[in-house]
Amino acid sequence: MDTFASLREIQEKLQSGAVTCVQVVTSYLDRIEKHTHLNAFLEVYHQEALQKAQQIDQKISDGTAGRLAGLVVGLKDMLCYQDHSLQAGSKILSGFESQFTGTAVERLLHQDAIIIGRQNCDEFGMGSSNENSAFGATLNGIDTKRVPGGSSGGSAVAVQMDMCHISLGTDTGGSVRQPAAFTGIIGLKPTYSRISRHGLVAYASSFDSIGIFSKSLEDNALILEIIAGQDEYDSTVSRSAVPEFSSIKALKKCKIGYIRESVETEGVQPEIREKTMEQLELLQQSGHQVTAVDFPLIEYVLPTYYLLTTAEASSNLARYDGVKYGYRSQHQESLDGFYKNTRSEGFGNEVQKRIMLGTFVLSASYYDAYYTKAQKVRRLIKDKTREFFDSFDFLVMPTTPTTAFELNKYADDPLEMYWSDLFTTPASVSGNPAISIPNGFDKNGLPIGFQIIADDFNEQGLYALSREILKGREN
Amino acid sequence: MSAETNPTYQAVIGLEVHIQLLTSSKLFASDANKYGDPPNTNISVITLAHPGTLPRVNKQALELAIKMGLACGSEISQYMIFDRKNYFYPDLPKGYQLTQDRTPICVGGSIEVVTDQGPREIKLNRIHLEEDAGKSFHPPHTNESLVDFNRAGTPLIELVTEPVLHHPDEAYQLLSEIRKLVTFLGICDGNMEQGSLRCDCNVSVRRMGETALGKKVEIKNMNSVRNVRRAIEKEVKRQIGQLEKGDRIISETRSFDEKTGGSTSMRSKEEVTDYRYFPEPDLSPLQIPDDWLQSIKEAMPVLPKQLQLQLEEQFGFVLEDALFLTDSVEMHNFFDQAVKQFPYPEHILNWLKGPVQSVLNERGITISQLGLTTSQLGELASLTAGELSFSVAAQKILPLLLEDPSGTPKAIADRLGLLGSSNSDQLEPVVLEVLETFPDKVNAYKKGKKGLLGFFMGQVMKKTNSTVDPKMANELLSKHLN
Repeated sequence: MDTFASLREIQEKLQSGAVTCVQVVTSYLDRIEKHTHLNAFLEVYHQEALQKAQQIDQKISDGTAGRLAGLVVGLKDMLCYQDHSLQAGSKILSGFESQFTGTAVERLLHQDAIIIGRQNCDEFGMGSSNENSAFGATLNGIDTKRVPGGSSGGSAVAVQMDMCHISLGTDTGGSVRQPAAFTGIIGLKPTYSRISRHGLVAYASSFDSIGIFSKSLEDNALILEIIAGQDEYDSTVSRSAVPEFSSIKALKKCKIGYIRESVETEGVQPEIREKTMEQLELLQQSGHQVTAVDFPLIEYVLPTYYLLTTAEASSNLARYDGVKYGYRSQHQESLDGFYKNTRSEGFGNEVQKRIMLGTFVLSASYYDAYYTKAQKVRRLIKDKTREFFDSFDFLVMPTTPTTAFELNKYADDPLEMYWSDLFTTPASVSGNPAISIPNGFDKNGLPIGFQIIADDFNEQGLYALSREILKGREN
Repeated sequence: MSAETNPTYQAVIGLEVHIQLLTSSKLFASDANKYGDPPNTNISVITLAHPGTLPRVNKQALELAIKMGLACGSEISQYMIFDRKNYFYPDLPKGYQLTQDRTPICVGGSIEVVTDQGPREIKLNRIHLEEDAGKSFHPPHTNESLVDFNRAGTPLIELVTEPVLHHPDEAYQLLSEIRKLVTFLGICDGNMEQGSLRCDCNVSVRRMGETALGKKVEIKNMNSVRNVRRAIEKEVKRQIGQLEKGDRIISETRSFDEKTGGSTSMRSKEEVTDYRYFPEPDLSPLQIPDDWLQSIKEAMPVLPKQLQLQLEEQFGFVLEDALFLTDSVEMHNFFDQAVKQFPYPEHILNWLKGPVQSVLNERGITISQLGLTTSQLGELASLTAGELSFSVAAQKILPLLLEDPSGTPKAIADRLGLLGSSNSDQLEPVVLEVLETFPDKVNAYKKGKKGLLGFFMGQVMKKTNSTVDPKMANELLSKHLN
C-alpha cells in the first residue's frame, strides 16, 4: 500500500471505504517488518494494534470515531503506557511494566489513535546519536552507516520510513529537533510546560518536554492541540488556554532575527550555512524583515545546559536502586555494594558519567560555583530571550551544525558530540517553543534542518511560518 | 539541672520535633495516610517512585502546618518551594526526600513553658513540611531486610527550636506543651509510642558564662516525654564527665536506651553528610492566598491557654484545676460535654481530678479509653451535688458504672438503696436550716404543740425532693427540738 501524506488523507479514505483501519495498520506493520534492521522499534504491538483497528473500523461505520481515528502512533521508550514495558532504553528497567498511562498518550487514545509500538532511544534521553541505547543503535533510514540523531532516534526513523504516522518523542536539549533534522522530517518541541510531563520518564525535569514527529505540519499541529494543556497530575503545566493549533493561521509580515554566530561559526557545515542563508533570503523576498542579531550569551548556553541537566538527572535517576523494581545485581554482599553493583551494571556509560557530573555539580564545595552560577546564567538567558521577542517575532538558525554523522564517530571523544546540541539547547534552556523543518540536503543527500524559535506559548506562530516556508519550497 | 550538679557548666538544648499530620492522604499522593495497615497496602505509583510520576501537593497538609504556625505565633510563608534532600536508603523510594530547606512554611514564633523557674517563652526557629520515609525491618536470624512503604510520603511537620533550653525539665515542659497544642489543634494524635510524635534532642554543654556553643550531640529514639527528660539528664552528665576527664566531646548521633536512660553512639557527625539540596523542579512554587490564610485563621480552635483562662473566669477555678482540665483535649472535651448536660462544674471537676483520674493513672489510659460517658459522669455529679455522699458514690457507684457502660448512676444508686437514705451528716444541715427558718414554730413546738413535727417533716421533704429517709429525718428533728 502507498504511504499517506496526511491524517486527512487517511480519514478521507476510511470514510469513503477505500481502505479500512485494519489495512492501514497492516501497511505500517509491513513497513516495520521491512525495516527491522534499522532497530527503530524495541517492541511492536501487532495483535493489539490490529484489534484496536477493528474496533475503530466499527466506530467509523457507527459514526462514533474520535478525531484521531486512523492515526498510527509510535512512542519513544520514555513514555508510560499502562501494562506495557517501559525501559527508557536502559537495562536498569529490565522487566518493568508501567502501571499507568501518561496524560499525553491517554489523550491520544481517547481520540482513537492506535499505538503501534515502543521506540528505541538513547538511555534516559541522554545522547545525540541514539548510540547510547542498551538495545543498540538505531540507524538512519537514508544512510544506514549514519546515526539518526538522538535521543529520540527510533521515533524519528519510524516516521522517516513510514513505520508509523506520528511519533511522540521527548526533547530535553534537542532530542526531537535534532533527529528530525537528521532524518528530514518535522520535529516540534513546544513551550516548556505546554504538555503535561505525567508519564514522561524524567531526565532533567525543568527541561523535559514531550515533542512531536511528523511529516505533515497540519498533523503535528493537531496532535499538539489534543495533547497540550492543564493536567491535575502535573502541577507545573501551564494553565494558559490551548489554541486551535490545527487551523494554522496565515502569517502577517514579521520580524525575523537570526544569530550571526549560528551561520558564521567555523564549525557549521558549509552546505548548512548556504541553505540557511538561502532560506533567509527567500523570507526577505517575501516581505519579512530579516536581521542578523548578536546573542552574546550563546557561548554559555551549552555549559549551562549540561550543568543543570546533569544536576537534575543525578537526583531523578536515584530511584533506580534495585530495591523496588527493575534490574537488581546478583552481587549483594552489603547495602553499599548492592547499590553500586546494581547501578554500575544497570546504567550505561553515558548515564553514569552524567550522574557523576551532576552529583559533583550539586556537592557542597562546588554548589555555588556550578549549580548556583548556572541557575543565574539560565535566568539571564531567559531574560535576554524575552527581550529579544519584544522586538522580534521569530529567531531562526540551523537545527544542527552538521548533517547526520557516521556511527561511532565520537566513540573516542564523547564530549565532542555535545557540540551537536549547540543550536537546540538555547530553546531548552529558555523554555521557548521551537520547531525543526526540512531545509534541503547536503552534497551527500543528507537532510538539513531549519529551526524556528518563537516567544513563549506562540506555537501558532511556529506553525504559520513553517507552513509559509514549506509551501514556498513546493512551488 | 547541670547547674545543680555542677554549677560551673551550662547545658544548651535544642529540640527537633517531628509531628505526623492527621491528613487523610499522603503529602504528595492520594494513598491513605493510615497507621497499622498491612505492609505495603497504601502504595501508589507515586509513593513507589515509578518512572513518570510527579508529586501533587496535599492542601490539607498545608492547612494543618499553617494552624501549628498560627498557634505558635510564627510568620506564615505565603510563597514557598520544596527542596530535594538527596540520599540513598532502601526505605526512601525516590532517592530523595521532599522537604523545605530554604522556605519553611512557618518562620519563628514561640511557645510558653512553665517550670519551677517560672514562665518562659521558648523561641522557635522554624516549622517546615516534609514527607516521611518508609520503614525498614531486619528480621533476626535471616540475612534479609524488608521494607514497608505505607509510611513513605506521609506528611510531617518538623518543629525546630532555637538552642535556648538549659534544663532537662524545660525540654520536658516544652514537649508536653507541644503535644498538648497539636492535639488541641487536631493536627496530630501526639502518640510518641507509635511514633506520630518524635523528638530528637541536640545537647551540648559549655562553661558558665561562655557564649560559644559546645560540640553538639543528637539523641534519638525516645518514646515518651518523660524519657526525653531522662535522656537529656544523662547526656548532660555524660558530657560534663567527659570534659572533666579532659576528653573532648565527639559530635555524633546517639540512640536512647530505655532500660538505662543512657544512650549509645549510632554514627559520628564529624564528617558532614552532603544532602545536595536543590529546589524540586517537579512542583510549581506554592502560593498561600490571603483569603485562604484568613479562612484558616478564622477556623482556628480555641487554644489550651485560652481555654484555661476561660475556665478560671467562667467557673472560678483555680489555676491548678484549670490546667488539669486543659492538660489534654480529651479531658477538656469530656468536661465541656458533661457540664453542658449537667450544670455542676465544681462537682464534675472533683469527680474528674479525684476518683476518675486515679482510675486513669492506675490503668495507664486516657479518659476516652475509659468507657465512661459524659452523661454518666454528669449525672453522678448531679447526685453528689444533692444528698448523695461523694465518698460512697466513688466507692460504690463508679466501679459498677465502669463495669457496665449502659448503667446509669441513678439506677445503680436506687438499686443499692443509696438514695433517700443518706447519712445524718448530710441531712443534719437541712434539718437545722428548716428549724432556723421557722423560729416561731419551734417555740410553739417547745411549748407543747407537738403536732408541728409533721410540719417540719414536710419542710425537710420539700427541701430534699423527698429523697431522704423519713425515719432518719424524724430522729434528727426530734433530737434538735428537744
